[in-house]
Amino acid sequence: MTKKLILGLLLSLGLMGGALAAGGGAALDRFPADRATNLPALQNGAKLFVNYCLNCHSANYMRYNRMRDIGLTDEQIKNNLMFAASKVGETMHITLDPVQAKDFFGAAPPDLTVVARSRSSGAGSGADYLYTYMRTFYRDDSTITGWNNLVFPNAAMPHVFWELQGQQRAVFEQQKDAHDPSKSHAVFKGFEQITPGTMSATEYNEAVADLVAFMQWMAEPHQSQRVRLGVFVLLFLAVFTLIAWRLNAAYWKDVK
Amino acid sequence: MAEFKQAPAGASVAEQAMTWVDNRFPATKLYKEHMSEYYAPKAQNFWYFFGSLALLVLVIQIVTGIFLVMHYKPDAALAFASVEYIMRDVPWGWLIRYMHSTGASAFFIVVYLHMWRGLIYGSYQKPRELIWIFGVAIFLCLMAEAFMGYLLPWGQMSFWGAQVIINLFAAIPFIGPDLALLIRGDYVVGDATLNRFFAFHVIAVPLVLIGLVVAHIIALHEVGSNNPDGIEIKEKKDPKTGIPLDGIPFHPYYTVHDLIGVGVFLFLFSAIVFFAPEMGGYFLEYNNFIPADALKTPAHIAPVWYFTPYYSMLRAVTDQMVYVFVGIVAIGAVLAVLRGRLSGVMKVGVLVAAIVVIALLMAFDAKFWGVVVMGLAVMILFPLPWLDKSPVKSIRYRPGWNKWLYGIFVVNFLVLGYLGIKPPSDIGTLVSQIGTLFYFGFFLLMPWWSRIGTFKPVPERVTFHAH
Repeated sequence: MTKKLILGLLLSLGLMGGALAAGGGAALDRFPADRATNLPALQNGAKLFVNYCLNCHSANYMRYNRMRDIGLTDEQIKNNLMFAASKVGETMHITLDPVQAKDFFGAAPPDLTVVARSRSSGAGSGADYLYTYMRTFYRDDSTITGWNNLVFPNAAMPHVFWELQGQQRAVFEQQKDAHDPSKSHAVFKGFEQITPGTMSATEYNEAVADLVAFMQWMAEPHQSQRVRLGVFVLLFLAVFTLIAWRLNAAYWKDVK
Repeated sequence: MAEFKQAPAGASVAEQAMTWVDNRFPATKLYKEHMSEYYAPKAQNFWYFFGSLALLVLVIQIVTGIFLVMHYKPDAALAFASVEYIMRDVPWGWLIRYMHSTGASAFFIVVYLHMWRGLIYGSYQKPRELIWIFGVAIFLCLMAEAFMGYLLPWGQMSFWGAQVIINLFAAIPFIGPDLALLIRGDYVVGDATLNRFFAFHVIAVPLVLIGLVVAHIIALHEVGSNNPDGIEIKEKKDPKTGIPLDGIPFHPYYTVHDLIGVGVFLFLFSAIVFFAPEMGGYFLEYNNFIPADALKTPAHIAPVWYFTPYYSMLRAVTDQMVYVFVGIVAIGAVLAVLRGRLSGVMKVGVLVAAIVVIALLMAFDAKFWGVVVMGLAVMILFPLPWLDKSPVKSIRYRPGWNKWLYGIFVVNFLVLGYLGIKPPSDIGTLVSQIGTLFYFGFFLLMPWWSRIGTFKPVPERVTFHAH
């Protein structure tokens, strides 16, 4: 009976996972996860982040000197990565007024410190989302900025990397709804390059992966310490449980 | 006053000190009553781990909570940032916070399993009714504690979850809107709400919780622990010593036994804390990494997983469902009048009561009855000791089909929980309506079904296989 119940419990947990996976929107590309612990990649990501993002977006909970954890010295941080702050212990705030920003873009650019966590969903991790988002901007004359995005339709943000990636056009095909033939919707068929960027497609993907690696690290700077420590904690608890089990057996062996 | 004792001649300093203390405070007496001479049945299986584990999680929550409060700012403008400050800049803050957030979910897992143990082994039956009632009160406190604690990180889900739940109170006729205002302290969830929830979360509810836990344990130690056979071990005592034949001192036998449970539990707990603290968005919801914004309603607001079975029952109460309730009340009243052995006055009473209930069901909004159903789903646990008319305690000696019934009860509860996470759908609503009826049917019809069937003979002594 107990076994049946446990099996039922596990099955229902499995069902819950399936439901979450089915809950997402557009299919996301997978962020190359091994990059999350690659220091040169994280440093390059930091460079891209402070140059391209940290003008309109803040990272108010992130301190500049936290970047010592990705192999940078205070000197390197001060000389290369700090544009809007005077002390290395400050957080990554910006001077853009949120009220004005709302006027400029229609929505104030959100703080990016933990965006890699908040953008997680059933469709994929927050890193997957950002990795796809930054690579699927396309030209669209119907929007105010002239840009649109595949995973975040009508995003207020223009394509800040357009010089690197170049301009691309999205090809859509009208298809009839399988359930309701009177309706049809646009199905994405692929991108067409209009003008080339300064980077090749591969280089661009690499650059975005580095940026996302940095943002993913920034969302939880202690994540690798957490995992490293976790291994030892589990090893200790395994030994503890083993000893507790034998100790219990020793006490109970005379109980009839 | 008890007589003053003298330490025997030549006693060690420790012994003399203990005698001195015992003459003024019953330290040794308490230790004997609750540990070394508290006799627990020797046949307890792994289901009995969850009581001590619940106590462990309570301690984890209190200790980590104290350290969180040292750095947390209960202020709508600062709360979200202070949590990120704890996660980044406070040494080991991330570990303390993850332990606390994982602990909240672990508490419910452990407590649900603990309640399930009580259910299948009849641990609520005479003479343990009060233990059960204290336990249900603890469960209620725990729900309040979790709900108010969830507002504190001041993320989107904190804000909107609180908004939805507080608005439920507003559905109560006459006093609802004022009650909701009293809970919020404002017309919207805001700084005032955060401050009062903080006060309740760190002081008021924990005090009540600890008091109830003490009462729960004192009541347990008064009557003694149940066992998987549902036998009263105090009925078979050694004539010489007066110790139950199937009893064994809690310390050291069960302290060392519970240590295994602690090891396994902490292993699983740590696996989550260190490797999956978000637990796929169930323990820490993704949306909660966005600061609370009163102007942006999330597309889908679901409570945290441990509330979802009850949330499903709330959503199951639609207008049609209210008609089903009307039908059930009518049928129940007619059956009571026709089949019940009631006096004429009682029969009239039943009919009048049924008409009043039906009138009320029709008079108020389905939303209100949803809130009532959600509340009753927990409250119905209180009278359980008197609903169960089974001559035996444990499921082991109940009719075979009872196992299926209890199995369906669990699956039903899990399905309701699953549906509560999902956005509402037609089929989901139908399933949760059936599930809600089953849940209430299980308890309300218990006085009848628990007597039916062939009960197996209960053995004289507990079933125990030596290690």
